[in-house]
Amino acid sequence: MRAFDYRRAGDRAEALSIARTETARYLGGGTNLVDLMRQNIEAPAALVDVSRLPGLIEDTPTGGLMIGAAVRNSVVAAHPAVRARYPMLSRAILAGASAQIRNMATVGGNILQRTRCAYFYDAAGSHCNKREPGAGCDAIEGFNRYHAIFGASEHCIATHPSDMCVALAALGATVHLAGAGGERNVPLLDLHRLPGDHPEIETILRPGELITAIELAPSEAAANSGYRKVRDRSSYAFALVSVAAGLGLAAGKIEDVRIAMGGVAAKPWRAARAEQVLRGQVPTRERFREAADTELAAAKAFDGNEFKVELAKRTIVAMLSELAGTEA
Amino acid sequence: MSKLQNAIVGGVRTAMSYVPSSWLPGGKPDPLIERRVTLGTQQSRLDGPDKVRGSSRFAAEVPMERLLYAACVHSTIARGRISEIDVSSAEAAPGVVLVMTHRNAPKMALPPPIGLANLKAAGNNILPVMQDPEIRWNGQAVAVVLAETQEQADHAASLVKASYESVAARTRFEDAKADARTPDSLMIERNRLKKGDVQAAFRRAVRSVDATYRTPWHNHNPIEPNSATIAWNGDRLIVHDATQMLNGTAGSLAKVFGIKETQVHVSSPFVGGGFGGKALWDYQILGAAAAKLAGRPVRIVLSRAGMHRLIGGRSPTEQRVALAADADGKLMGLIHHGFSVKPPHSVCDEAFTLTSRSLYASASFDVVQHTLDLDVLANTFMRAPGEAVGTFAIECAMDELAHGLGMDPIELRRRNVADCDPVTGTPHSQSDLMLAYDLGAKRFGWNRRAATPRSRKDNEWLLGMGCATGSFPYARMPGMSARITIDGDGQATVSSAAHEMGVGTATVQRQHAADRLGLPLERVTVRIGDTSLPFGSFAGGSSQTASLGAAINAASGKLASELLRLAGNDTPLAGLKVGEIEFANGGLRKIDDQSRHESFVSILKRAARREVSVSGESGAPLEMLKFSMHSRSAIFCELRVSEVTGEVRVDRLVGCFDCGRILNPKTAASQFRGGMIMGIGMALTEETLFDERTGRIMSASIADYHVPVHLDVPDIDVLWTDIPDPRTPMGARGIGEIGITGVAAAIANAAFNATGKRVRELPLTPDKFLFA
Amino acid sequence: MAIVINGTEYPLPDDPRISLLDLLRERLGLTGTKLGCNQGGCGACTVIIDGTRVLSCLTLAVQADGREVWTIEGLAAKDGQLHPLQQAFIEHDGLQCGYCTPGQICSAIAMVEELRRGDPSYVTADLTEGPMGATRHEIRERMSGNLCRCGAHNGIVEAIEEIMAGGAA
Repeated sequence: MRAFDYRRAGDRAEALSIARTETARYLGGGTNLVDLMRQNIEAPAALVDVSRLPGLIEDTPTGGLMIGAAVRNSVVAAHPAVRARYPMLSRAILAGASAQIRNMATVGGNILQRTRCAYFYDAAGSHCNKREPGAGCDAIEGFNRYHAIFGASEHCIATHPSDMCVALAALGATVHLAGAGGERNVPLLDLHRLPGDHPEIETILRPGELITAIELAPSEAAANSGYRKVRDRSSYAFALVSVAAGLGLAAGKIEDVRIAMGGVAAKPWRAARAEQVLRGQVPTRERFREAADTELAAAKAFDGNEFKVELAKRTIVAMLSELAGTEA
Repeated sequence: MSKLQNAIVGGVRTAMSYVPSSWLPGGKPDPLIERRVTLGTQQSRLDGPDKVRGSSRFAAEVPMERLLYAACVHSTIARGRISEIDVSSAEAAPGVVLVMTHRNAPKMALPPPIGLANLKAAGNNILPVMQDPEIRWNGQAVAVVLAETQEQADHAASLVKASYESVAARTRFEDAKADARTPDSLMIERNRLKKGDVQAAFRRAVRSVDATYRTPWHNHNPIEPNSATIAWNGDRLIVHDATQMLNGTAGSLAKVFGIKETQVHVSSPFVGGGFGGKALWDYQILGAAAAKLAGRPVRIVLSRAGMHRLIGGRSPTEQRVALAADADGKLMGLIHHGFSVKPPHSVCDEAFTLTSRSLYASASFDVVQHTLDLDVLANTFMRAPGEAVGTFAIECAMDELAHGLGMDPIELRRRNVADCDPVTGTPHSQSDLMLAYDLGAKRFGWNRRAATPRSRKDNEWLLGMGCATGSFPYARMPGMSARITIDGDGQATVSSAAHEMGVGTATVQRQHAADRLGLPLERVTVRIGDTSLPFGSFAGGSSQTASLGAAINAASGKLASELLRLAGNDTPLAGLKVGEIEFANGGLRKIDDQSRHESFVSILKRAARREVSVSGESGAPLEMLKFSMHSRSAIFCELRVSEVTGEVRVDRLVGCFDCGRILNPKTAASQFRGGMIMGIGMALTEETLFDERTGRIMSASIADYHVPVHLDVPDIDVLWTDIPDPRTPMGARGIGEIGITGVAAAIANAAFNATGKRVRELPLTPDKFLFA
Repeated sequence: MAIVINGTEYPLPDDPRISLLDLLRERLGLTGTKLGCNQGGCGACTVIIDGTRVLSCLTLAVQADGREVWTIEGLAAKDGQLHPLQQAFIEHDGLQCGYCTPGQICSAIAMVEELRRGDPSYVTADLTEGPMGATRHEIRERMSGNLCRCGAHNGIVEAIEEIMAGGAA
């Protein structure tokens, strides 16, 4: 780890002003950034500690929820309003990492965590375009069991490791940002970029821009929602495939449906095609399967992760069936 | 060497067959088998209080003045040479004291290889350590940075720039088969076994199976990283290490640095998990070399990635097992062939075929294994080397055969279990596998198993039950020593350079010594973990308890004569010979005459001695040649497989062990469970990802190498036959390794019972059952 | 800039790279907190900060400025009497090599509080009601961030159950 300056920001304005003047990175819980610095993958000249900025969870005037970026993951997951109104978010967070890490990690930091691709992590000995643009990608013909089946490019096939973001994607969360040029809001779905020709650019954040909050809109589907994560060991492992889904039913038909997948792309993958198939339909297993087939038709697998296509379909069907109360 | 070894072992075995059993060690059963007081009782581990307080001091926790911290730089190619190594930026970095490379490392000899004949050698990876620019595997250390803090050393290590001239490396398992070697011997057995006409057996068989099983690379991944705190005091080398081989490490480092063994002091009172991975590797040598260069003490703690680059793992295997049976399920032919990786610089045979030679009484055998030479870090011993992966193959094949015959898998084993060595006819010292099966089956509720696969279901979960045999040979190492000291207060101290890596060494040997010497537990102290104590063999091969037990027993015999001598004539013991007395009530007494007794205190006082001290040694383990000595187990598993995702969840494990007498049920149960849990990992999740394109390990972290977590581990029931082995000290056989054996097979067999899908390649990850 | 560890105040290190784990082990001689992987993968370095279990290997020491840290060395009473969970670990043989043990114990003590507060876990059936008691399943999921390689899991879970039943911790 390269030496750096450590500054703790007393408030948002101070954070933005420090970050503007140096080659800085914001520090939340440090659960990913500190590790990446130790692995010589990140080498900021300064860390601006934003983990003590005020972090609240508040109702919005429209009946939604505003979650401060500095709120710890475990606090979000245990919050009564999240548990009652956005259960998929609680479950997604609780499916990630370990209790200790969830106690440390902030919402903002979770969103900005980087891939767990083993070749990305092996700074000394492997080629990775994300780490070193133009170096090549050792994963494409290497171990790619954990890698993307959607949105990969010839330069990078890594996945985004967050569970929380999968639920946020399904919920259509809005990310509040603050930067030198003022404040702006972007949909979470637009925050992360697919690799394309520049896998090293992972988000649309501008230099010095800070995530300040996540806003969730009210939604009937969100209240009837869940998260299912499939992994190699029963806990404390990254997803092979995960599914966040919510289902709003009215008069026996699907009024609102939200589906997103984790472990399949460089960003949380909103299954918009599947949702479209289901809207207005009677919820049956056959319909769910049709929706999953439609979504996964665009999947492109590699040697090591072909199983993910069927696994994703089945996990979608199982999750929706559970929410619809149809027999598995 | 190997052919010679075969000849020697064969010769001794032949000679042994003419020697009456009563002349051998254990010829007369150990009297402690019948005369147990504390042995066999539940005892909490003695080091428990310190361990739960965090006050046990591990190798990287020894404080030293002027300590420097080390960080390693590893090669990124598998074969070739360093063309240039630029250390200038690293040397200039803050806090850096020196950077060691092949250009300035002290001259060092090759580490002597671990061998059964030399307990003073502990080398695993017999290659020059930083003596030349050659690169021999991907991950080899090419530089060591020493700095005032770990942070400074780590950062400076990232500034070392090495360039390489690569040459083609042999890194592919499949390609290496063309040049496979066939060793003459495996451990102390001949490798190639042919008995009877196997081809004819398969032609005549009513039912046969023939399948190939694969197991991946594994790494030990103890929670404590391999680490050492090392100092030179003039020509004396002091090493606080985490090791299962105290004296081996001392002897090896002496050879490497060209000093006397007595000039090396190795201390390792606590080892934070070993499993075979805590022995001599390059890091101790590099740490000592760098400390010598710097003239200051060095702490070297391998990073998790460093552990994967510098500490070898269990070789992958590809095993073909074919079984031929008659209509009654009797085995007519048994074929077990296969490959594992063992480069010439490795010392470890992954002897996966040994169980197949001893367990079942087939009418014919064709067994042989081959080794592959790759440009890799040496493979090594990992919990139950050979048997862990070997039992996976043979015990899955037995399950496949039972299924083919429409026979209960336990019944198939009952019809085939050998009542002596099936190849040589050598008698068992003690063995009752079927009692283990019967007790285990009852505890488990085997009668509830549905014989037809895929017939039990709970929502999306397919339920299944399976069983398998586990096996591990008995071993006792010669040369292990113990000293018993009795002081004027009648307190006993037992000392030996034995090892504590969670096995309860001091706890159990205190029980042993107390019973052996006729003392209550609280009057016995056991000191271990340091080469200043009498010579210890290694903690490996499940041999330490028997070896140290034999040494203490030998010492106790000498103690009796010495005390008799000191007692003189003015004693109730006057005129008695050693054979007529026994230890009892804090002293000696005549066997069968309680009135003729004198206490240690009284004998020493009259002799005007402050203490009496004697040493004993574990002698040649001839019993291992005269008898077929194996521990066996019956493992039962109940599990669920998701029909949706293919995830496997183990709900219940039962293990019943036939391992001789159990000395401390509390610590023994933990050791059995521990092995079985490592078996869950081996079955379901553990796999070292070795990139065959580059020879680089890509799962070089504990996040990527999945050891079981709490949620993977169900309630595990363990029980045992507790039948004493009349040929061993205390009637016990080692229990450290057998726990893992048979578990992966039991789980795979249960998964077949649940799904109807036979997966023959570990680990059993969800993708493998997705289309079950 | 100071940090309170087991009731004693210590100055923070000058180099912000120094983790809380490194501060404890290499500078303060509090080696009870263990280094297992130094990257958040094993839980051996678990300590309790302001009542919450965290990983000291991924916590920069400077981030703990002003916080109250408890480590394994601070759990026993002043007179040396073991914490009930430490005692229960011995009784149930919830340890072998002892290296993951301090992390398991610190983690479990904070986990018991999380359970009592009604915080849900991934395996909690009804999120709105919270966990219905400390089932083994709940304990196992919640302790999954603490790896044990020797395989003392059954004993660890039993020890935790015992102190929860006894109302201690």
